[in-house]
Amino acid sequence: MANPMRWIGLALLAAAPLAGMGNYPLHLLIMTLLWAFVYTGWAIMGRLGLVSLGHGAFLGIGAYVVVMGWNHYGLSPWLGIPLALAVTAVIALLIGYPCFRFKIVGHYFALVTLALSEVARLIIVALRDQTGGSLGVTPVTALADTSGSLVALQFSSKLIWFYIIFAFWLGGLWIWTRVDRSMARLALEAISQEEEAAASVGMNIARLKLGVTLISALMTSLGGVLYAQYQLYVNPETVSGIGISLQMVFGAIAGGMFVRLGPTVGAAFTLLLAEVLRLALGHDIHGLDTTLYGLMLVLFIIFMPKGILGAAQEVWARRRAAPTRAAAPS
Amino acid sequence: MEFFDVFLLEAVINGLLLGGVLALLALGLNLIFGVIDVVWICYAELVMIGMYAVYYFHNVFGWPLWLAMLVAILAVAVLGAALHQFVIRPVLAAEPINQLLVTGGVLFFLQAAATLAFGVEFRNIGVSLPAMQAGGMYLSLARLIAFLVALGGMVGVYLFLTRTFVGTAIRAISQDRAIMPLMGVNANRIFVITSALGGGLAGLAACLLVLQYDIHPAIGLTFGPITFMICVLGGLGNMLGGFIAAFIFAQFISVGGYILHIEWGYVFAFLFFIAMMFWRPQGLLGGK
Repeated sequence: MANPMRWIGLALLAAAPLAGMGNYPLHLLIMTLLWAFVYTGWAIMGRLGLVSLGHGAFLGIGAYVVVMGWNHYGLSPWLGIPLALAVTAVIALLIGYPCFRFKIVGHYFALVTLALSEVARLIIVALRDQTGGSLGVTPVTALADTSGSLVALQFSSKLIWFYIIFAFWLGGLWIWTRVDRSMARLALEAISQEEEAAASVGMNIARLKLGVTLISALMTSLGGVLYAQYQLYVNPETVSGIGISLQMVFGAIAGGMFVRLGPTVGAAFTLLLAEVLRLALGHDIHGLDTTLYGLMLVLFIIFMPKGILGAAQEVWARRRAAPTRAAAPS
Repeated sequence: MEFFDVFLLEAVINGLLLGGVLALLALGLNLIFGVIDVVWICYAELVMIGMYAVYYFHNVFGWPLWLAMLVAILAVAVLGAALHQFVIRPVLAAEPINQLLVTGGVLFFLQAAATLAFGVEFRNIGVSLPAMQAGGMYLSLARLIAFLVALGGMVGVYLFLTRTFVGTAIRAISQDRAIMPLMGVNANRIFVITSALGGGLAGLAACLLVLQYDIHPAIGLTFGPITFMICVLGGLGNMLGGFIAAFIFAQFISVGGYILHIEWGYVFAFLFFIAMMFWRPQGLLGGK
C-alpha cells in the first residue's frame, strides 16, 4: 500500500522537533513513541491470544541489567544491552516453553505470567543493597562536563533521544509488519481460535508461539533499556510488577491491538489523557486524574473492545460499504 | 541450636495463621471463578475498600468496632454485587480475556478512587491486640483471631452452599451454566448473589487484615497477586485445592521470610508457583 499520506505524516513527525518545539512537548512526544514501541511489542503476541501480564519482568530486566552493569561493573550499555537481551531471551524461553508445551492458555497464561512480573519486582526490591530497592536507582552519570557520552549511552539533548526512539519505534512497526505478513501469523491466528484443529493440520504450536514470545519479550526489554537511559532513573514499581504490566495491556487495547498503529494510538491516547487530566485538574486533587483514567479503561473494554483505531476503521469500512449495499438490490 | 528451632517453629506457626486469611481470600475468588468463570483481578482492592470502610466507620464516625465491621462487610458485599451488575455483566459474552482485563481497569479505578477519597497516608485503626507468649514464642493474637474467624467463615460458606436452596442453585450453575436457565433458575440472580457473597468474604478478610496491617490505597497489591497464585495452584474454582494451596504459600512466605527476608519469601512462593504450573498445570487437586 503505497500511501503518500503515510510518508508525509512520518516526515512531519520526524521534522517536528526541529521546528522549535518546547522541551515539555518534546518530552511527551519521546515518551509516547517509547511506550508506543513497547505496546507494539506487547501487541505482537497479545493479538494472537497470548495475553501476557509478565511483560513488566522483561521491561525490568532491560532497565536494571544495563543500569546495574554500568553502575557496579563499569560495563558500557553497549555490552549491557546484549547481556540484558540474552537474560530476557533465557527467561522468556524458560517461561514460554513449558507454558506452550503444556498448553497453558487464557486465564492460566495471564496469571502465570503475572507471577513472573511480580517475581521480577520482588527480586529487584529484595536486592536493595545493589538496586536501591523501592527508592530506585540512577545510572552513574557521565554528563558532568559533556553534553553526552556515547560509551555510557547518556545524552542530555532531547533531540538525540527523539531520533533514537523514533528509529526504534519505526523498527517496531517494521517488525509488526513482518510478523503480520508471515505464515506464522496466519498459523498463530488459527491456533488462537482452535488450538487442536491447528495442531491436527501439522502446525508446531509450541515453536510458533515461542518465536512470537521471544520477539515480543526482546522488544519490551529494549524498551526498558531506552526508558532507563532516557529517564536516567528507574524504580521497581515503574518498570516491573503488576501495575506496569497492566498498563501495557491497556495501552495496546485502548488503541486497538489488531491494527499496526493501534498500540501507538493507545500510547498517545493514554499519555495525553493523563497529561490533560493532570493539567486540567491540577495536582491539588491527588488521584482524580487516575480515577477518571481507570474509569475510562473500564468503559473502553466494555464498549470499545477493539480500541480507538480498531473501532474507527470499522466505522470507515462500514461507511465505504454502505452506499454499495444500498445500491444493490437485496 | 534450640534457640534457632524455637524461632523456626514460631515462623511455621505464624505461617499457619497467615494461611487462614489467605485461604479466606482465595475462597471468595474461587467461588466467583467457579460460578461465573471470571477472575476478579481487583479482588484485593475490594479488601482494601473494606479496610477503609472499617477505619472510617470506627475511627471517624466513632461507631463500635463490631458494628463498623458488620457494615463494612455489607458494604463490600454490595460493591461486589454492583461490580457484577455494571462491569462483568456487559462483558459476559465477550472474549474471556476482556473479562479479566475489565476487572484490571476496576483495580486502577478503585486504587485511584481510594487515593482521591482517603489520601496516600497510612491509616491505622489503632486497635492493637497483645502478642501471646507460649513456650518462648511470640504469637500475634490478631493472627490467631484471623485464623479462627477465617476457618469459621469457610465453614459458613460450605454450609450455605450445601444446606440452602440458593447455595444448591449456585453449585448447580457452577457445574453447568447452560442447563440451569432451562431449569427455571435466573442465572443473573445467582451470579449477583454469588458476587455479593464473594464481596462479603472480601469484606470479612478486610476486617481481619485491618487488625494487623496499616491501610493505604496500594495495599491490595500486597495481597492480590498472591491470592491469584493460590487459586491457580489449587486449581481455579477448586475451593479445597485453594485451601491447601493457601497454607503451602503461607509457609513459603513465613519460613522463607524468616530465613532470609520477607521479599525472598514471596519470591520463593512465586517461583514455586511457576514451577508447579509446569508440573501440574491443572492445579493441585484439578482433574485431568
